[in-house]
Formats: sequence, structure tokens, C-alpha cells
Amino acid sequence: MTEHERAFIGTGSVLVFLLVWEAVTLSRLVDPLFLSSPTLIARAGYELFAEGTIWKDLRVSGTEFVIGYLLAAGVAIPLGLAVGWYRRLYFCLSPFIDVLNAVPRVALLPIIIIWFGIGVWSKVVVVFLGAVIPMLLNTLSGVKTTEERFLKVARSFGASELKIFWSIVVPGTVPFIFTGLKYATGRALLGVVVGELYAATAGIGYLIAVAGATFQTDKVFVGILIITTTGILVVELLNRLERRFEEWRPKVGSAT
Amino acid sequence: MPVKLEAQRIRLEYHQPRTGARFLALDGVDLAIMDGEFVSIVGPSGCGKTTFLNVVDGLLPASSGRILLDGKVVTEPGRDRAMVFQDASLLPWRTVLGNVLYGLECQRTRAHSARERAQYFIEMVGLRGFEHHYPHELSGGMQQRVNLARALVMDPQILLMDEPFAALDAQTREVMQEELLEIWRAAKKTVLFITHQINEAIYLSDRVIVFTARPGRVKQSVAIDIERPRKLALKRDPRFLQIEDFVWNLIEDEVKKTMLADRTSRGSAAAGPADSGV
Repeated sequence: MTEHERAFIGTGSVLVFLLVWEAVTLSRLVDPLFLSSPTLIARAGYELFAEGTIWKDLRVSGTEFVIGYLLAAGVAIPLGLAVGWYRRLYFCLSPFIDVLNAVPRVALLPIIIIWFGIGVWSKVVVVFLGAVIPMLLNTLSGVKTTEERFLKVARSFGASELKIFWSIVVPGTVPFIFTGLKYATGRALLGVVVGELYAATAGIGYLIAVAGATFQTDKVFVGILIITTTGILVVELLNRLERRFEEWRPKVGSAT
Repeated sequence: MPVKLEAQRIRLEYHQPRTGARFLALDGVDLAIMDGEFVSIVGPSGCGKTTFLNVVDGLLPASSGRILLDGKVVTEPGRDRAMVFQDASLLPWRTVLGNVLYGLECQRTRAHSARERAQYFIEMVGLRGFEHHYPHELSGGMQQRVNLARALVMDPQILLMDEPFAALDAQTREVMQEELLEIWRAAKKTVLFITHQINEAIYLSDRVIVFTARPGRVKQSVAIDIERPRKLALKRDPRFLQIEDFVWNLIEDEVKKTMLADRTSRGSAAAGPADSGV
């Protein structure tokens, strides 16, 4: 009942929003060049895909995102677990983690371009730097918040350090890892767009930059729509994956 | 009957890094438990009874004194002792079966025989059919049964039980007490049981040890000469009530001492850790 209600009201409010937007543009209250409209955006999107040049942009941005994101996960999750578990490693690396967390990654762009060029790899690095921090910090705090009573149980049964790590620390950290992965999705997409806005020869961010500079508002919105949809899909994928890992967890807030 | 467990002059001094204060939790605990005996420790809260149990389990090193199990000195946790924890402390990401197998996995027991043994004890505590349930799907009483099975499956020389029924409602608690006696009879284990409920201690035990207020020491050992098997109705028997009254008087003195000490030391930083906190 409430679930239906939610879908009904949610869809309704979005439809009303789109209709008002369309009406405002049709009535010429605001210049369509300035505001665009749902139908104009849809047509621009159709044309972009029909022409076929957008496939290259999608491929370039997709490559940047996937490689940067996976590289970040591959580094951040094992490193976060290790840094959380070994105090001395934490002491050793925490200054670097803190600096990397504090520095605005955008400010590093000029250097990254100098080092890696304006091709795919500079953006991979930007995506990596954006995504690695939330993944790392979340994994780290997951390890740090391992419940003392579970550690006590394991010690009482004479578990080895390795056994404690895999049977207590890692399972307890899984929800934190997923939080990090979801949060990092937004950061990674931000990396793609900002990197391409700054210096690129192709990509969705590049498409947005070129369209914006030539007052093609419709195309700008198509680019934004693609990026946003990607973010939502990736987070939804992670939610499903998380549910498979977390079937032991009591369902909170899903009153049935 | 041979002595199973012996505590010799166990002393435990804490150093609290945050306040820099030192205080004495246990001050020379002397105790001997016979093979197959069911012994409970009662005492005012904060008297160090849980701390003492942690020392016996090997989780906390004593500042001085020693623990002997079957004549051998105990310094770290081992499979000859198994703890039943206060809150069930079941690993939430493991099923009932997975939790019962956990201790065996830690000891690297062969997987095949481990499963059969786990199944045997799951049935003993009455959880047949719940093997693949997760802890959050169980009631508090059922969780404590898993907790008990997890300890029994280790086939320890002695079971250490740390207020295992404290979090249960009154009815469940009574039922669990009766069931524990059944299981104890079937499993033939030596049990060291911590509780703050006097009638629980008397109902279950061959002997009730009364601890002093902090620093904890043995104040008196009270033999419970009531025949077994015991039914819950025993708790209303005049003999039972008489022992209860006797033990309560022993503890009352200590509780008053604690309250007095708290009142005089209020404001000083030397607050001890909670009874269950270590």
C-alpha cells in the first residue's frame, strides 16, 4: 500500500515537474536557449545517438570511470583493512591519507595533465584520486569499529590473529566498504566530468564543455542526464550486491 | 572427587591509562572446584566476579597468583575452558550452525566430525530445525541456547558462565535455569557460574561462593545441600528460602560497604571499570 503510494506520488511529482518545465518553455516565458525543455532534450539525445559520435564519448568516459574506480577499490579496500588492523602501518600512512583527503583534487589537475597528458590516463588518475579516499576512510573506520565483544569471543576460543581478522574484522567491515563504494561513485563521476571539462579530446564531460561553450543547452542537459543515470545505476547495482552479502542483517525500517 | 580447578591467591590490579589511577579489582581469591561440581559466584556489583572469570578463561592475566586446571597452570585461553558470555555475543553474520562451529574452527577441528558434533549439541539445547537461522531471527532465550551449545561443543573441562541469563525476562530465565540443569546432568561438566541473582545461584549450584565488595575476595562458601534433580518449585521451599536469606545477609553487608565507599570516594577519579566491562 505505502509502496504503491510512494511510486504513484513520486512518478506524479516528476511528471508535473516536467510538464511545468515544458509549459514554461512553450509559452516563451523563458528563452528555450536558456532553459531548454524535456522534449528538446529528448530530441537532442536522439540526434546524438543517431549521429553516432556520442558512442566514442561514452566509451572514453566509461573507460576512465571503470578503470579509475576499480583501481581505487582494488587499492583502497585491502589497504583500508591493513591500515585499520596494523596500528604501526596506520601511524606510518595516516599523514598521507590526511593530506590526500584535505587537498582539493581539482587543484592537482594541472600537474596530473602535465604528468599523464590530456588522454584517458589523466582522467583515470583523477577518478582514482576522487574515489580512493572515501573507500579507504570508510573501510578504515569499519575495521576500527570492530566490536570488542566479538574479539573477546574469538580470543576466548583461542583464534589466531589471522582467523580473527577474517572471521570477525572483515565481515564487520563489509557494510562500511559498501558505504565507501557508493559514496565514491559520485566522486568518481565528478572526476570524469571535471577532468574532461579541464582538458580532453573526447568524453561526456568534453561534450558538455563544447555544447556549453556553443550555447547548445539541450546537449548539455543530455550529458548531465547520462552522468546522473550512470550514478544511479551504479549505486543500485551496489545496493543489490550488498543485499546478497547482508542477508544476515535484520531489515530496518521495512515494516511489513 | 579430584579438584578440577584451583585459584591460588589471585590478585589483579588495574592501571587506568586515562586517569592514571590504579586500583585493586581482586585481592587474593582462593578457590577450589571439584570435578563435576556446579559452583556459582555471587557478590555485590563491581566486586570483580566477571573479572575473575576472565582471569580463569585466560583473557586477563592476573597480577599475581595462579590458576590451575587439572593441576596445570593456565595462562591463556585454551580449549579446556569454554565461556558462555553475558550477552549472547553471537556473530550476527553466521547462522546458528556457523556460530556453534566457530570455536571448533578456531581450534582447527576437522570439518567432518565438527559438523556432526555441532548438530548433536544444537539438538541438546533444543534448537533442532533452527540450524540455518541467523541470530536476529531468534529470541533472547534461543540465542543463549546457541551460546551454550557453542561452548559445549568444545567439550571443555570446565564451563565458565558469565551471567548468561541476565538479559532474559523472568519466565524465560526460569525455564533456562531448569534446562541448564538438565544439560549439565547430561553433559557431566564442571561449571563455574557468575550471577547477581541469589536464588538463581542457589537453585543451580552445589556450592555458592560469596564475594566481598571490591577488591573481590572469597567471603564465604555456602554448600547447598538440597537433593537433585531440582524442580523450579524448590524456590518456594522453606529450606531454600532459609539459604537464600542466609546468603542475602552475607551480601547485604558487602553491598552496604560498597555504597559507603562510593559515597566517601565520590569526586575522586578512582572509579573502577564496570563489573562487566573487562
